[in-house]
Amino acid sequence: MRPLTRVVLAGEGGQGVQAVAEILAEAAYNEGKQALYIPNFGLEQRGGVSVAFIQVGDKRIGAPKFPKGDVVVALSGRAVLRTHQYSGPNTIYVYDSSFKLEHDDLPPEARRILSIPALEKAKELHPRVFNIVVMGAVLGFTNIVSYEAAKEALEKQLGYKFQKDPGLRDLNYRALDAGIELAREASKGEEVRYA
Amino acid sequence: MVEKPITGTKKAFMTGNEVVAWAALAAKADIMFGYPITPQNEIMHYWTRLAPKFNREFLQTEDEISAGFTVCGAVQAGKKAFTATAGPGNVLMQEPFGMAEGMRLPTVAIIQQRGGPSSGTVVYSQQEVTLTTYGGNGEGHRIVYSTSTHQELFDYVIKAFNTAWKYRFPTFVLGDGYQAKMREPLEIYDPEEKGIELVPAKPLVGLPGSIGDEREPAHLCNIYSLEEELYEVVLKLAQAYEAVAPEIVEWDEKMCDDAEIIVVSHGVVSRAAYDAVGILRDEGIKVGYFRPITLRPFPEKQLREAIKRSGAKKMLIAESSYGQLMRLVRQEIYGETIEIHGLLMPGLGIVDSDIVAKAKSLL
Amino acid sequence: MASVQPAMPKSWYLPSKPHKFCPGCGHGIVLKALGEVIDELDIQNRVVFGCDIGCSLLSWNFFAVDSTQTHHGRTTPVMVGMKRANPDLICVGYMGDGGGYSIGSQHVLNSAVRNEKVTLILVNNTNYAMTGGQLAPTTLPGQITETTPYGRDVAKTGYPTRGPEMLAAITTDGAYIARGTVAKFRQMKNFIKRAVQNQMEGNGFSFVECLSTCPTNWRTNARQTWDFLEDEMEAYFKVGELKSPFGKGEK
Repeated sequence: MRPLTRVVLAGEGGQGVQAVAEILAEAAYNEGKQALYIPNFGLEQRGGVSVAFIQVGDKRIGAPKFPKGDVVVALSGRAVLRTHQYSGPNTIYVYDSSFKLEHDDLPPEARRILSIPALEKAKELHPRVFNIVVMGAVLGFTNIVSYEAAKEALEKQLGYKFQKDPGLRDLNYRALDAGIELAREASKGEEVRYA
Repeated sequence: MVEKPITGTKKAFMTGNEVVAWAALAAKADIMFGYPITPQNEIMHYWTRLAPKFNREFLQTEDEISAGFTVCGAVQAGKKAFTATAGPGNVLMQEPFGMAEGMRLPTVAIIQQRGGPSSGTVVYSQQEVTLTTYGGNGEGHRIVYSTSTHQELFDYVIKAFNTAWKYRFPTFVLGDGYQAKMREPLEIYDPEEKGIELVPAKPLVGLPGSIGDEREPAHLCNIYSLEEELYEVVLKLAQAYEAVAPEIVEWDEKMCDDAEIIVVSHGVVSRAAYDAVGILRDEGIKVGYFRPITLRPFPEKQLREAIKRSGAKKMLIAESSYGQLMRLVRQEIYGETIEIHGLLMPGLGIVDSDIVAKAKSLL
Repeated sequence: MASVQPAMPKSWYLPSKPHKFCPGCGHGIVLKALGEVIDELDIQNRVVFGCDIGCSLLSWNFFAVDSTQTHHGRTTPVMVGMKRANPDLICVGYMGDGGGYSIGSQHVLNSAVRNEKVTLILVNNTNYAMTGGQLAPTTLPGQITETTPYGRDVAKTGYPTRGPEMLAAITTDGAYIARGTVAKFRQMKNFIKRAVQNQMEGNGFSFVECLSTCPTNWRTNARQTWDFLEDEMEAYFKVGELKSPFGKGEK
């Protein structure tokens, strides 16, 4: 039986953090798992750091928010500072290699701190799929849903866009695969453990 | 024939606000009146999209005072009407809810608590307990359900309409911003197919029959000339309320039989409380779980019984407010000598480790 | 030789910049006009700025003037109370279409009738923006919003509110009523200046509605945004001075 996995995703508003969180939560639900996803939300419509809290497990989930994540992924420099509080002794903390961070900018506590060249990889495909690359990375680090369920949820959420432009489907799937690969690369040397 | 919004039972994964809209549809609510305020806006968004398909109505009023009074008007006309609000909107609605109390109007309102006082935050709290249970200038003759899961949100919104129309007291479903915005699985269903009878609505005005010949005109009021008149009215309200309270009251308790500490919580915090009690028990610490589901009427007898049965010396009240549940509990169990401690976190979410730590500090 | 305009009004509060309004929002333009007016009239130390709930609340620390954030629709009575308590203050209330024409309408209406010596600036972007884009009193017929997903049906919800017209009809001499647009900055700024001066001269109730943009909730691109503002909104909401103690104004 798989224990509870807690994921925090944070980025600039507009980067697609909530979209990815919703897709992952839907995928988990479709697989018959217990899933709970809650966005943070503040006053402004735009701007500000967007944070998503996702929990996936087999038993009914308790409180909607949690103090420490098993995996925390920051999609922007501001998001790194904003998510220090969610990184604890068991957290795998992930940020993009393109951020210019000082040592003090990184969270003071974590099990592992990893950087992945997600932005760079996204630029090879299309900057718009950056959040899907990150989604793939989350999959790679946590295995919270199966690859098939993730693709199915992606299809369900973005299918209407793919219909208009079939090339987008291929692009998004490649982004997903790229993200999974980035996670594997970064985790090398350590078995990806469920928290 | 207009089709039903839900047939059979369906699995769903949606936000709490969406759940509320579907439940109101399933309960055959006729009309919603509302005014924008975060975090309940999406209830209106879903209702306005779905309602026309099922011949239901909607009006966005000029403010919350109007939203409450338009609901009062609609129920007097014999239609199942509801509204939803939060925070300062809830404050404004106390005037119309007061009228509903005074005139026994079956209003239904969903409250998605946000931080207070004043504009506070748009996010979350449990700081509208006092307001929702005893707001307005009445004696709190209202029914308040505090939900903790999406399944309950669905179940109790449907129940709220039945409770309101059966017992004729203003009825509330007390949620919060977390429940409003989070997504989790639930099953939505058609209540009648599940054997839940929907209490019919009845008008108080526009009644059939010609006035003078066949009936007297209806003269509804909420003001009286003499103190003695009012005294009789309020006593009658109290008697009517107290007579049905035992049928309405709901609560949940676990592991209280041998508990040394009883953890009391309501709403979404009870999820963390339940997990916390499990963790403490695994460590051999004798903790019990008590959750009022109706805050009004409060399960006072049942809480006293749990205290007596367990012989617990300490109670820990966990809430996202600065003591609103605690005040309610103290009032209800006056005379009990159990020590009452609080984990009071106004406007802040509470997780299991918070409750575990606090409980351990009481040992 | 014309003096160089500063990049930012002196009465703007630097630490709260860059501000929190969305890209393409008209609030920043209205607040710039107000900032320049405060500078030009040299009243930074006498102004009290009140803001409402909604996107206007993001201006709570926008200016380097004493400011107060109120409840939804209640900016008007708070400004009235302040002015009555201390008539030396120049009370400027800032609100949206909801705060002025919906929940706050009874306050605006009654303050106008009483000829309260306050200046109210109402930003009209035809929707309740901060809460996600619901119907507003000023939403145009057929316009799609979150609570009119099939378009505003005037049979059910009436026609858009024409605030300045109503206020001009119920106010007495001494009141100043105008409607400007962020598309015509100098004219709008002039209206705001006159509205503030009207208070300073002790003449009476002063009100300026400013047509503004909300591409976020209108879901429009830059071109569509300006087209909606300049063509559709201005066709329904006529720009100009409706009442002025200063004699005939610009139309």
